[in-house]
Amino acid sequence: MILDEVKAAYAKDLLKEGKRVDGREFLEYRKISIEKGVIPNAEGSALVNIGDTKVVAGVKFDLTEPYPDSEEEGVLVTSAELSPLAHPEFKAGRPSEESIELARVIDRGVRSSKGIDFGPLTISEEKVIGVYLDLYIIDNCGDMMDAAGIAAAAALKNARIPKYEDEKLIREETAGTLKFDKTPIANTFIKIGDKIILDPNEVEETASDGKLTLTTVENNILCAAQKSGAAGFKIDEVIELLDKAFEKSNEIREIVKKAVG
Amino acid sequence: MKRHDGRKEDELRKLKVEAGVLKRADGSALVEWGNNKALVGVYGPQEVVPKHMANPYRAIINCNYRMAPFSSKEEHGRGIPNRRAYEIGKVAKHVFENAVLTNKFPETMINIQMEILQSDGGTRVAAITAAAVALADAGIPMRDIPAGVAVGKVDGEIVADLDKVEDNTGEADIPLIFSPKNEEILLLQMDGLLTKEEFKKALEMAKEKSKEVHELQVKALKKKYEEISKEVMG
Repeated sequence: MILDEVKAAYAKDLLKEGKRVDGREFLEYRKISIEKGVIPNAEGSALVNIGDTKVVAGVKFDLTEPYPDSEEEGVLVTSAELSPLAHPEFKAGRPSEESIELARVIDRGVRSSKGIDFGPLTISEEKVIGVYLDLYIIDNCGDMMDAAGIAAAAALKNARIPKYEDEKLIREETAGTLKFDKTPIANTFIKIGDKIILDPNEVEETASDGKLTLTTVENNILCAAQKSGAAGFKIDEVIELLDKAFEKSNEIREIVKKAVG
Repeated sequence: MKRHDGRKEDELRKLKVEAGVLKRADGSALVEWGNNKALVGVYGPQEVVPKHMANPYRAIINCNYRMAPFSSKEEHGRGIPNRRAYEIGKVAKHVFENAVLTNKFPETMINIQMEILQSDGGTRVAAITAAAVALADAGIPMRDIPAGVAVGKVDGEIVADLDKVEDNTGEADIPLIFSPKNEEILLLQMDGLLTKEEFKKALEMAKEKSKEVHELQVKALKKKYEEISKEVMG
């Protein structure tokens, strides 16, 4: 779309002067807010805003079989839905490459953090309680990855495990909350020309040459990374951004803590 | 430290690169990397279908990654390409959007089909390494021939070129593709747990080792052209 190209060119020109379209610093987030338990029917849920970007994460538990090759790992299934109401280019139907990537990057962050205690979810060698995490993008004004990451962490942290009785899940009764003692936070940087900015808004995203998401957990540990888009990154740039990600994710972790305890 | 197959920490498995292995495709390559076999065919630049996908400024790149149903030691891999395959296709596409001079061919598309015939850990870097050679073999202009290797952490040590066993038991896995000329990272994925120091060490190791991979790519292309010139010159 021509208008998008004009906006992208404007964002790019501004960056050359050291400014962003919304007046933020290069490595500054928009306002982040978290509301937990927005979907009472889900066992865990959260609505996250980063600026105008909105993501709802829902957690459901269901009985299933353990993965054949990794019984001790527990079953976690993460999906992302880029709803057509969130963006003019999002279409209903088959999951797009973008939604698959989003779900898989968030899944890797949660999984590699090793923060979920799958112990109470194990019933027998053939039966486990699976964790189903669905990320609904409902308003895409840029950086849905980071919003989805926060929503995932918040929803998992307030998820109540239903009671298991007579080979069924009793959803009216709870067997306790899911233990998730890590808080993986995704930090997404984009490169526009030779400039790198954090938490791109929708205009900046259309100007993006390349993207790097670094997901970290407590104590400055990297737990997932994903580069996308055509532009390349130097090793020194990646390491510098990792330092930034450690710093920013610690700030976000405080917000998560306040919201979900 | 000892790796289960006796390799040194930064030692690659046996790697063989061959250019121009298919007759019908515009460009092709076979990479045999340890027990991996990655076969890639390239078609294009050609007319865009569906037409509305055409870009007036540059060629679009389609990248398909697929594991053959018989490729793994485990059960038959039934069904349509899974989410992993789609994701790999996407990040591989970004590699070639960088490397290929797409602005030379507006309103066209370049199709890259990557088939994993046998898998043993590190299939995406094997496939992309092969795809880079196949594109060059098709005569498609590129600013560089991307090359890479997966690095990771196994038994507490940073190692290069993890095989399936190490991939399954290791603490972290990082597939990487570089543009050897300017040392830029074109593909980076990671999962596991790493400190900053470990991550940096892994990236540096991958940068060095991808140079070895790159040399073999260039050698394979030269060999193909030597054969052609022999044919032509008699």
